[in-house]
Amino acid sequence: MTRYILKRILYMIVTLFVIATISFFLMKMLPGSPLNAENKLTEEQQEIVLEKYGLNDPIPVQYVNYIAGLVKGDMGISFQFDSTPVTKIILDRIGPSAQLGAQALVVGVILGVLLGLIAAIFHNGVLDFTSTIIAVLGTSIPSFVFAGLLQWVFAVNLEMFPVALWESGDLSYTVLPTIALMIFPMATCARFVRTEMLEVLGSDYITTARAKGIGQAGVVFKHGLRNALIPLVTVIGPLAVGLMTGSLVIEQIFAIPGIGEQFVKSITVNDYPTIMGTTLFFSVLFIAIILVIDLLYGVIDPRIRITGGEK
Amino acid sequence: MEKLLEVKDLAVSFNTYGGEVQAVRGVNFDLRKGETLAIVGESGSGKSVTSKTIMRLLAEHSVIKRGEILFEGEDLTKKSEKQMQKIRGRDISMIFQDPMTSLNPTLKVGTQIMEPLIKHQKMSKAKARERAIELLDLVGIPNAELRIKQYPHQFSGGMRQRVVVAIALACNPKLLIADEPTTALDVTIQAQILELMKDIQKKMDSAIIFITHDLGVVANVADRVAVMYAGKIVEIGTVDEIFYNPKHPYTWGLLGSMPTLDSDEDELFAIPGTPPDMTNPPKGDAFAARNKYALEIDTQLDPPMFKVSDTHYAATWLLHEDAPKIEPPEAVKRRMKGFAASVKEGEM
Repeated sequence: MTRYILKRILYMIVTLFVIATISFFLMKMLPGSPLNAENKLTEEQQEIVLEKYGLNDPIPVQYVNYIAGLVKGDMGISFQFDSTPVTKIILDRIGPSAQLGAQALVVGVILGVLLGLIAAIFHNGVLDFTSTIIAVLGTSIPSFVFAGLLQWVFAVNLEMFPVALWESGDLSYTVLPTIALMIFPMATCARFVRTEMLEVLGSDYITTARAKGIGQAGVVFKHGLRNALIPLVTVIGPLAVGLMTGSLVIEQIFAIPGIGEQFVKSITVNDYPTIMGTTLFFSVLFIAIILVIDLLYGVIDPRIRITGGEK
Repeated sequence: MEKLLEVKDLAVSFNTYGGEVQAVRGVNFDLRKGETLAIVGESGSGKSVTSKTIMRLLAEHSVIKRGEILFEGEDLTKKSEKQMQKIRGRDISMIFQDPMTSLNPTLKVGTQIMEPLIKHQKMSKAKARERAIELLDLVGIPNAELRIKQYPHQFSGGMRQRVVVAIALACNPKLLIADEPTTALDVTIQAQILELMKDIQKKMDSAIIFITHDLGVVANVADRVAVMYAGKIVEIGTVDEIFYNPKHPYTWGLLGSMPTLDSDEDELFAIPGTPPDMTNPPKGDAFAARNKYALEIDTQLDPPMFKVSDTHYAATWLLHEDAPKIEPPEAVKRRMKGFAASVKEGEM
């Protein structure tokens, strides 16, 4: 088991290297330079700045320098903020993003599973119909539409929650963005769980359980749920990743000082080290989530436990 | 002997988009304590539906149209779902066809055996565990102590079917319904599972309804045989009566199409045609269209059960006193002789 995890981590490093390389060259193909906004500088001054940040070197040399820095854990210094290391920018901004993402994922998945279960148990009834409608709306309407609606209804008209911004520690600021973010994962989970549960409830081992005299609750929760949730784990990975990117838009709308907002801003001003840093950070998260999901499989499904996993 | 189960004029239909499918159309039989009744018939004859109806495990779209299922004098068709949950697994239990899918892949085998014990006999976990180990021993699974901690995928097909048998036997049921328990297993394992079931029946004195389409299996395990066709029992009798003195042309067809080791025919006999469409069952005898001995009256009127002996009944107009005397075909007669011979040798 340890060997397996070590092997996976090795693969992760290789993957990260590939991602770093590709995004470095893609980023260099972006039009403009970091100095676009600094028109007041004279030619000479610009030269000095470019020289200082090593931007006059040929691109392959810049690439080698960057990777060499990465290996040492140095992501460079941001162009936007005076000599702030990128690592510090990411660490400062990760809080709100992580909190929003986690809240949206947890609430979305729980509500989605419940909705899907209800739909499956009351198959073809009114509840099933209602939950299907919610699920279809939730998957087809983009989150920024909900964000605007929520702001208008709950912040502007009802004045229940703040319209935007962020106070760390004050949960009321997180309510609207969390709801806007969680609708997609909730709807996806609901549809998925409904289909899986219906299939599981029609399987032979459920008939066996009924033939033992087990009641409906036992059949659904003890025998059905676990089997229906195994495939859900596969879906949660991409959903979690989707929340990371979804939060780019939501953070803009709610003016939340998160990493997504920072990311968008740094692309518009060609802040190379920050773009690279954030991209790599998202990649690490993504790859780590995939690893966690693969390990989770083993926990939920005894058939997938890797050799030596028993005791 | 006392009657454990009496099924009277049972009719079950499925409501489908294509109309009402009459899966079971008036089935009558009874079962005494400790007796084994085999129900034989081809796919779609209604044998599985009959057994699922007794357990009241039918799918949502099916309805019991009429009839009674008297189990120890109480009509199961009138029980609520809650009442049935108390009967299932305790008084009546069931063994299913495919051991590869009938165990829950995410629960330990021990948990699955302990479940009915905890539910019906209110055993503590520790006691149920002991009993589960005993049961695994009983069905011939070695290292029971270790095995109850394992998951179904760690068992072979035959071993899983033994686990399924252990679950069914957990509460010493009075009636065990085995729905093609050996069909999905290979021949050597089949023999082992049949041997096990006979063995256990002797120990526990349960009655068994054995559903199968394999006549070879029937001769091996059953006391009595009911032959089903198109939702009705067309012939019922003791094993000897069905094998040595079959009266219904459909039974002849089944016996004739059974391969034997010593048959010297070039071609295996087959019943021509296909079973009738049960959304629209034919008038008269449902088997008439495939029956070369069919009489005029077969297309008009469904035959009643004619009595052959106290235990042997068959629904064919050929048994009517005005009907022409017809002998079973040669191939079937040869087989009947063959069965008699092999029984004498005691190795059926």
